Amino acid sequence: MSGHPSTYEPKYAPTKWLDQRLPIVRMGADFMTYPSPRNLNYWYTFGGILTMLLASQIITGIILAMHYVPHVDMAFESVQRIRRDVPFGWLIQPMHAVGASMFFLAVYVHMFRGLYYGSYKAPREVLWIIGCLIYLIMMATGFLGYTLPWGQMSFWGATVITGFFGAVPVVGESLQQWLLGGYAVDNATLNRFFALHYLLPFVIAGLVGLHVWALHHVGQNNPIGITEKTKKDTLSFHPYYTVKDGFAMVIFMLIFAFFVFYQPDALGHADNYIEADALKTPPHIVPEWYFLPFYAILRAVPDKLAGILLMLGAIIVLFVLPWLDTSKVRSNRFRPVARKFFWIFVFFCFILGWCGAETPDDMVFTVGERMVDGEMKPMGLNFTWLSRIATFYYFAYFLAILPILGMVEKPLDRPDSITKAVLGDKAHGAAE
Amino acid sequence: MTLNMKTALIAGSVVLVAAASTLAYAAGGGGTGDYKMEHKHWHFKGAFGTYDTAAAQRGYQVYREVCASCHQLKHLSFRHLGDKGAPFYDKNYPNPNDNPYVKNFAADWSIEDIDGETGDILERPGVPADKFPAIYPNEAAARAGNGGGLPPDLSVIVAARNGGADYIYNLLVAYNAKKPADIELTPGLYYNPVMDGGKISMAPPLSDELVEYADGTPATVEQMAADVTEFLAWSSDPKLEQRKATGLMAMLYLSILAILLWFSYKRVWKDVEH
Amino acid sequence: MSDTLHKDAHGETVDEGKRDFIYIATGAVAAAGVGSLAWPLVAQMGKAADTLAAGSVEVDVSKIAEGQQLKVLWRGKPVFIRHRTAKEISEAENTQLAVLPDPQTDNERLIPDTAGKLRPEMLVMIGVCTHFGCIPVGEAGDFDGWYCPCHGSHYDTSGRIRKGPAPTNMEIPDYQYISENVIKVG
Repeated sequence: MSGHPSTYEPKYAPTKWLDQRLPIVRMGADFMTYPSPRNLNYWYTFGGILTMLLASQIITGIILAMHYVPHVDMAFESVQRIRRDVPFGWLIQPMHAVGASMFFLAVYVHMFRGLYYGSYKAPREVLWIIGCLIYLIMMATGFLGYTLPWGQMSFWGATVITGFFGAVPVVGESLQQWLLGGYAVDNATLNRFFALHYLLPFVIAGLVGLHVWALHHVGQNNPIGITEKTKKDTLSFHPYYTVKDGFAMVIFMLIFAFFVFYQPDALGHADNYIEADALKTPPHIVPEWYFLPFYAILRAVPDKLAGILLMLGAIIVLFVLPWLDTSKVRSNRFRPVARKFFWIFVFFCFILGWCGAETPDDMVFTVGERMVDGEMKPMGLNFTWLSRIATFYYFAYFLAILPILGMVEKPLDRPDSITKAVLGDKAHGAAE
Repeated sequence: MTLNMKTALIAGSVVLVAAASTLAYAAGGGGTGDYKMEHKHWHFKGAFGTYDTAAAQRGYQVYREVCASCHQLKHLSFRHLGDKGAPFYDKNYPNPNDNPYVKNFAADWSIEDIDGETGDILERPGVPADKFPAIYPNEAAARAGNGGGLPPDLSVIVAARNGGADYIYNLLVAYNAKKPADIELTPGLYYNPVMDGGKISMAPPLSDELVEYADGTPATVEQMAADVTEFLAWSSDPKLEQRKATGLMAMLYLSILAILLWFSYKRVWKDVEH
Repeated sequence: MSDTLHKDAHGETVDEGKRDFIYIATGAVAAAGVGSLAWPLVAQMGKAADTLAAGSVEVDVSKIAEGQQLKVLWRGKPVFIRHRTAKEISEAENTQLAVLPDPQTDNERLIPDTAGKLRPEMLVMIGVCTHFGCIPVGEAGDFDGWYCPCHGSHYDTSGRIRKGPAPTNMEIPDYQYISENVIKVG
């Protein structure tokens, strides 16, 4: 799996025997001794954190599936039963629900890390694209899973999202009804969503395998974006990064545990404690927080189809990013101008999230009032326009700023090697 | 530069959390007219908060004698009242089915069942394993009996409303607020500033001395509202005490493990510049 | 703090010991955590509170005619309540314990009523073959009791195993007479 010479030596007859037939122990040993750049910082621990979260979600998910009933008459009740009667259900159910939020939190950090340090650039394009695929399937899994408790937000979220497919010209309505298995979200929908929600995490796990394979094939990027040259530039994955990842995981678990034990509902919506009602829409339908930026992009456009295309485009643009960024320098550490645009990009992603949570016509700020059709209306910026500005920047960053900057920006001087960057003048004395 | 990135991300998260909490708070505020939501200090708030057992017990009485004429608790069984962390838990009866309070409460309700001999539908007294029965035979009957309004199930009502316990409490005590002139009420609707739009189909359910508390607590509207809210908060989140207790252990454990890992990390990396 | 120690030639051993200690402590604490997290993940498959609380069954046995058998479902299993005939009772009582693979007298398989008397005519037992859980057929087999069609176990009129692969007698459930003619199973 990895691209470094194997140092594993089977010591005993049985391990030698196995190694000749299935070198699985060798694979694990090589994984543990994989030479990693010595300068990886804590932003590089999120890959490990995400693996832990995927495992946690799959385990708690399988457990919940043992108790959950995917039927419109019993789904809501079965979740209540899990929380009230199933041994430790009160712990496992919030672990899974909060776990979804934690998963997205970690994946966003992981993605911004990749953006900042240029981890998508050659030769890591395929690694990046697999990552984008994982993210896309995560979004699908998160959405499908949110339908299962069969609360009001589950039901109306499913109605709205499947409505996206109805916007496809000509075949939209048949496509939507095919997805739903009926005229509206109903038992058939719930059953297939459950089946797919159970399936997709294993697809993600498979893609994670490919992701790690690609990572070990081309080697890890690092904060200075300079490929390791000598053995001195690297450290064995174990124990150096196992202990560092382990520490970061435990710190992340503290945040996770805080939500599970003390604020299990803080990241959800009160409306999802109301059983789904096909006759009544809640006054404010809002997706889960991790979808809010895309929801804002969707609503930034007054046209249904155009809004959906733009939202899809916001994800597709990530797939082609390796070819949009024309700079040869990977890390933003050496790109003073690009760095500023990057932080503006992060800022606007937060702004999009904020816009997604607010009502479009509400005002961000007002500057006086004016007469419109004989009525005084507040003047200023409303959330629709704020989301338009942010959406514009989101696309401009990928489609204009990164392509042009690569050609015009003058990067800072870069060190020759990781060791030089780490040790500076001490390069000859300090390392033992 | 790393510092730069950290600061920015931390600042970003702070902004996001602040925005989310104002949003949640604003949504929880509700209210029309001049009514000011009263934010009570609930016994179950905070990292170590537990349910006020006496209040929750009185709250069950209010539910039984007042709310239960229209509102069901469909996700609850009688036995839940005697579970650990529940209002009528008694450590002498680890199995709530044996708890005499629970048995009495269950027997106080009549449960529809089928006569094993004749197949006729009959009514029998409840047992702890029974679920709280439906108040109305079906939704149409519930609406017909309440001027078209559907009394919501109360099992998870505190979790199902923005503002939680404060919302329920204020809803129950806010009927006396002065109605703004621009709200027009059709027959069967009442003014309640806590409801979205200020209109509610539930008639004011509480009045002073409506129930008689066994422990001698004066049954004011505010007292009954607070008590029944305490009870309903438990009903929405019956494992809260267990969760917080486990949470304390989990947080302590993770902190210790984090410290140990930190020292291990320092050891492993002590000779490596990075 | 120990970074200063390890430079000292004498401190080296102390340092090593400390390092081992911190690694062992970290590993042990982590393993303890994994262990205690594993417990809820395993325990969740146990009986849920609603299953544990599942109600008991009350049966009026006076309505069962002699030679008739009533089957009631309790905890997902059939309970046989058989009003035995005099012949069946005498067969059960006159069997030598020596011939029984799972020796038990007929009286040991009965529970006294409210008056403290045994009622040999009412046999209450869980109607599940102790071999692999099939439901035996009544008034069948070589001993006029029950016969399990799955693997050919023969039970006598007291529900005791006499022949075939089943290891033990059919089980007597937890039941009691709550009035003269009503028994409560569970």
